[in-house]
Amino acid sequence: MSLKYIARKAGWALLTLWFILSVNFFLFRIMPGDPVALLARSQRLSPEALDHQRQLFGLDQPLPQQYLTYLRETFSGNLGVSILSGTDVVSMVAARMWPTILLVGIGTLIAAVVGVLLGMRAGWRRGSGIDNGSMYTSLLLYSTPEGWLGMMLLILFAGALGWFPAGGYSSASSGGGAGDVSSHLALPVLTLALGYVGQFFIVMRASMIDVKSQDYIRLARAKGLTDPAVRRHHAAPNALLPTITLIVLSFGFVLGGAIVIETVFSWPGLGLLTYQAIQTLDYPVLQAVFLLSSAAVIVANLIADIAYGLLDPRIEQV
Amino acid sequence: MVDIQPANASSASRLTWQRRRIGFSRGWAAFRHNRRGMLGLIVLAGFGLVAVLSPLLVSPDSIDPSSATGTPNSPPTAGYPLGTDSFGRSVLSLLIVGTRVSLTVGLAATAAAVFIGATFGLLSGYYGGTAIDRVLGALIDWFLVIPWLVLAIVMAAILGPTLLNIIIVIAVTSWALTARVVRASTLGVRELPFVERARALGATDRSIITRHVLPNVFPVIFAQAVLTVAVAILSETTLAILGLGDPTSISWGRTIQEAFNGGAMTNGYWWWIVPPGLAVVCVTLAFTLCGYALEEVLDPRLRDR
Repeated sequence: MSLKYIARKAGWALLTLWFILSVNFFLFRIMPGDPVALLARSQRLSPEALDHQRQLFGLDQPLPQQYLTYLRETFSGNLGVSILSGTDVVSMVAARMWPTILLVGIGTLIAAVVGVLLGMRAGWRRGSGIDNGSMYTSLLLYSTPEGWLGMMLLILFAGALGWFPAGGYSSASSGGGAGDVSSHLALPVLTLALGYVGQFFIVMRASMIDVKSQDYIRLARAKGLTDPAVRRHHAAPNALLPTITLIVLSFGFVLGGAIVIETVFSWPGLGLLTYQAIQTLDYPVLQAVFLLSSAAVIVANLIADIAYGLLDPRIEQV
Repeated sequence: MVDIQPANASSASRLTWQRRRIGFSRGWAAFRHNRRGMLGLIVLAGFGLVAVLSPLLVSPDSIDPSSATGTPNSPPTAGYPLGTDSFGRSVLSLLIVGTRVSLTVGLAATAAAVFIGATFGLLSGYYGGTAIDRVLGALIDWFLVIPWLVLAIVMAAILGPTLLNIIIVIAVTSWALTARVVRASTLGVRELPFVERARALGATDRSIITRHVLPNVFPVIFAQAVLTVAVAILSETTLAILGLGDPTSISWGRTIQEAFNGGAMTNGYWWWIVPPGLAVVCVTLAFTLCGYALEEVLDPRLRDR
C-alpha cells in the first residue's frame, strides 16, 4: 500500500471533518436570535455566566472572526458548558462514553457474527430454507422502528415474563456487579443486535454470491474438495472482505447509533444524554454529540479504507 | 412505400408518449407477476384508502384530549375495538388519523428528498469527471457517511417541532442515496448514442438532461422514491419517539411516544403501544417490497437475490 493512497484518504477525512465543524458552526448560528440569548431563554445561567459565554463565542465580533474563534476553541477541547447543569460539556460526554461503548460494542459484535454466519450459508445455497428465512427476517427487522422493537421486548421479557429488569444500568439493591449490569444490558443489546444483524447478513450474502462464481472456487471443486471445505476455506475468507469494512464502519456509529435504544431502556450513555439534551434544548450538548459522533464515523471510515487497502492490494488502482 | 410520419412537433411528442405508454404497460405487466410487489401494493392501497377517508371516519372531537368520551386506559371493548389511551381517546381513531399524518410526512419528505437527490445525481453524473461532479460527489459522500439521526436531531431541535420542519429535516437527511444511484445511472445513459446524436444536432446541456437523460433514468428515480418513503416513515417515527415530532399532529410515532411516556409499558397497556408500531412495520415493509419489485422489473438480473 502506497503512502499516496493513505495520504489521499487522510486528506479526504480532514476535509470531511472541516465540513462538519463548519456545519456545526452555522447550524448554531442560523437559530433565531443570538445563541446566548437562547441560552438565557432556556434558563439558569447568571448574567456573569452569560457574558462569559458571549465572550467565549465572540459574538461581538464579525462572523469570520467568530468562525476562527470557534475553530480554535474546538481544537483546544473547549465545547462550551451545558445549559442545564452549567458543567463542562466535554466532561459530561466523557462520563457517558463507557456505557455506550459497552452497549454498542457488544451489540454490534453479536450482530456481525450472527449476520456473517447466516449470510455465508444463505449466499452459498441461494433459495434454501435458511436463505429465504433469513431474507424475510432481515426485511421485517429493517421495517421495524428500533425504539418500538425495544418497547416490545420490554413488555414481553421485562413485563410479562419478568426475566430482565425494565431499564437502567444497575439496581440499587444488588449493587452494580458484573452480573447485575449484564442483566440490565441484555435487552438493549438484543434490540441493537436485531436492528443491525440484517445489514451484515445482506452484505455477506451478496459477497458470497459474487465469490461463488469465481474461477478459484471452480478450481477448488475440481481438486475434489468437499463442499463445506470449499465454502469454509476458499469462499468465506474472500467474501469476508466487504463485511470487514462494514464492521469497522459500524463501530464508528457507536456514539450516534444507540440514541433511541438508550432512551427506551434508560441506559445512561451518550444516547440518553442526547435525549435529555433534546428535552431541555441543551444546544451545546447536542452540538458536542453531533461533532463527536461525526468525527467517530470519519475516523472509522479512514481505518476501514486503510484496512481494505492492506487486505486487498487491488483496491489502490481504483 | 412505407408510411412516413410527418416531421412536425405534435406527432413527435405523440410518438414519444406512445412509446412511454408502451414502456409503462410492459413494466406494469412485469410488476403484476411479482408476488411480493403486488402484496405490498395491495397493503399500500388499503392504507391509502384509510388515509384519504380518515376525515370521514374520525371526527376531530373524538381525538381531542379535552373532549374524548372513553374511559381512560380501557382495554379493547365493543365500542373501542383497540381500547383507549390515557385521555380516553379511541386508539383505533388515533391509528386512522395517524395513517394520514404518517403517510403525508413520508410522501412529502420523499418528494423533496428525491427532487434534491435526482437533481444532484443528474448533474453530477452528466458532468461526470468535471469539477461540478467532484464538488457534488463530495457532498453526496458526506451526507452518506454522517450519522443521519444525530444531524436530524440537531436540525429538528434548532428548527422547532412543526410538521413542515420535520419534513425538511427528513428530506435533508435522506436524499443522498437517491443521488448516488441516479448519478451511476446517468453516467451510463450519458454514453448512449442518442445523447451523442442530440449533442451533434446542437442541443444544449439543459435540454439533453431534461429531454434525453431524465426520461431514461426516470424509472430508477421512481424505484428509489418508493424505497425512500419507507426510510422517511421510519425516520418520522424515530424522531417522534424522541419527542421531536409536531405535538399537534398525531402520527403513529407520536402515539408510540405518548404511550411510552403515559406508562403503557409499566402498566401493560399493550393495546395502546402495539398497534401504531405494527402499522409502521406494515407500511414500511409494503413500500420496501414494492421498491424491490420495481428494481427487479427494471433490472432482471436482480431477480435471483
